[in-house]
Amino acid sequence: MSSTVVKTFKALALVLLLCNPAFGREALPAAEDPVLEQRVLAISAELRCLVCQNQTIADSNAPLAIDLKNQVREKLKQGQSNSEILDFMVARYGDFVLYRPPFKASTVVLWLGPLLLLAVGLFVLFHRLVRRRAAAAAEPELSGDEHERVAKLLAAENKTEKR
Amino acid sequence: MTAQAMNKTQLFLPLGIFAALVILLGVGLTLNPREVPSPLINKPAPHFELPQLHEPGKTFSEKDMLGKVWLLNVWASWCVSCREEHPVLMDLAKTGAVPIYGLNYKDERKDGIGWLQRFGDPYQLSAYDINGRVGIDYGVYGVPETYVIDKQGVIRYKRIGVVTPDILKQKILPLINELNRG
Repeated sequence: MSSTVVKTFKALALVLLLCNPAFGREALPAAEDPVLEQRVLAISAELRCLVCQNQTIADSNAPLAIDLKNQVREKLKQGQSNSEILDFMVARYGDFVLYRPPFKASTVVLWLGPLLLLAVGLFVLFHRLVRRRAAAAAEPELSGDEHERVAKLLAAENKTEKR
Repeated sequence: MTAQAMNKTQLFLPLGIFAALVILLGVGLTLNPREVPSPLINKPAPHFELPQLHEPGKTFSEKDMLGKVWLLNVWASWCVSCREEHPVLMDLAKTGAVPIYGLNYKDERKDGIGWLQRFGDPYQLSAYDINGRVGIDYGVYGVPETYVIDKQGVIRYKRIGVVTPDILKQKILPLINELNRG
């Protein structure tokens, strides 16, 4: 019995050991310079992996993504600025390579479309509310006689309910 | 507006919006997200100088082709779609309509040479891009890719993916004829 407990405990310890994050971490090709690696990662997170289009090249392990990360690293080592590197990528792969599309004539609808829809929605809502209020105001007020009739009818209703 | 007419618009407006959405999304589904417009069209072909696949001692550069209309076809032995495209290129090479040059992309030299031996070699020669650097300069991301380059060394057309007989007949050959005349 006790040996089973020990075995279970050992197995659990082994599992915990294997779960140690140090095992799960990816090998960084140029880990000798963590600051550079941070910059590579930051730029990579701005670039779309064209092989796996919904990922950035920072997230992707596709061969092309790895090549592009290497290219970014090399250019940083040559002292190029972030925007120079992004320009380099756009010159080859087009605006699509940027994960955040730039604001320009061809992307106006993309950037302003949702705002426009919101504005239209608010306008329609406002318009309707105003109209409804106007309609309510236009309804004729009840005259004194009518008030009396209403009171009588309600009283009669109450009686039938109580019965 | 009468109450009835308003009820009708209220009834059909959401339906209309829904129909428009369905059409929009339907069209979106038929588009190919891989067909990204290349910024390289009508730009000079990026410079490269690479060893040749068959003769590592010799090099090939896009400058060697100035004055000619030619095709640059990016291929690799590991590329499955290249097998599909290969017969089309073989047929094109036989007609002699345009010289085809290969860019053997991220391949082992012996694999590339073996592939051509097995299936046939439509290329005048292939340049050997072992680390894919020239591929990056040409914006390659989905092998096979094909570029039509004119006499001035300007990229006039880029095909990402397999060149089908249809594309060859309707796009590439007419363009080559036009460029050769000009």
